Amino acid sequence: MNRVKVAGKNNKHRVLIYAISTCAWCKMTKNFLRDNDVEYEYVDVDLANDEDHEKIREDIVNRGGEPSYPTVIIDSKTVITGFRKDKIKEALEL
Amino acid sequence: MITIENVRQRAQADARTYGYYLNPDSEFLQDLLEGLKKNEERYGYPSCPCRVASGEFELDRDIICPCDYRDPDVAEYGTCYCALYMRKDLYEGKAPILPIPERRPAEKQTRAYAVTSQVASQAVTGEAPVMKTAGPAAVRKKLWYCRQCGYVVFREDPPYVCPICKAKREMFVELEITPVG
Repeated sequence: MNRVKVAGKNNKHRVLIYAISTCAWCKMTKNFLRDNDVEYEYVDVDLANDEDHEKIREDIVNRGGEPSYPTVIIDSKTVITGFRKDKIKEALEL
Repeated sequence: MITIENVRQRAQADARTYGYYLNPDSEFLQDLLEGLKKNEERYGYPSCPCRVASGEFELDRDIICPCDYRDPDVAEYGTCYCALYMRKDLYEGKAPILPIPERRPAEKQTRAYAVTSQVASQAVTGEAPVMKTAGPAAVRKKLWYCRQCGYVVFREDPPYVCPICKAKREMFVELEITPVG
């Protein structure tokens, strides 16, 4: 699975984004984190192979989320569906 | 070859026809149009840039832009799922443009996913590919009839809104044809 790491000074939380390469909301989420200098990793699900796609879907559903993108997972426990700026800010203490 | 301008003009024309507006954020709009262009290039049809397509036309048909869910989503939330199309009040900034929940039924996503993974596993094991038959076989199309205006459509589910008279989905009934003789 091609997980891309984006470095940032704000790295006290572990942030993973499941995204779609063509999705404007996903891009907005990535830009928001970058603008706040938050370190994060992302996977573009549409570019992943089928096996990885299945793993991603299972991972989201097992954490109580929905397979809808972007899905932001913070510290392996907080799952945020969609670009919910307020929820992301709260979880990351921004 | 499809260009961004083609995609933009098509979306503008469709918005005009249905009384919708395109996203007022020019950068966000540009991203969506580029996403549609990319999908048309890789799948052969402009599936929703914010959803994962299977690459099988029949299984992705409901998410080809404008998707089946646009009209009920704009009516309920003021915007479609990817926020390409919206209502006037959101376009004018009188109400915020926020992400909305996915209306596409989970079973359609799962079915599309199951077919692509089946095709992939057969490709690995060297069995005969079923790519072209798996999609249409998994989709059972019927004739649906709008009791209000008489519009008839051949597809899996009735539309959420009649494209001719704007009647709601409940106005559609399955049309059964009895062969003569």
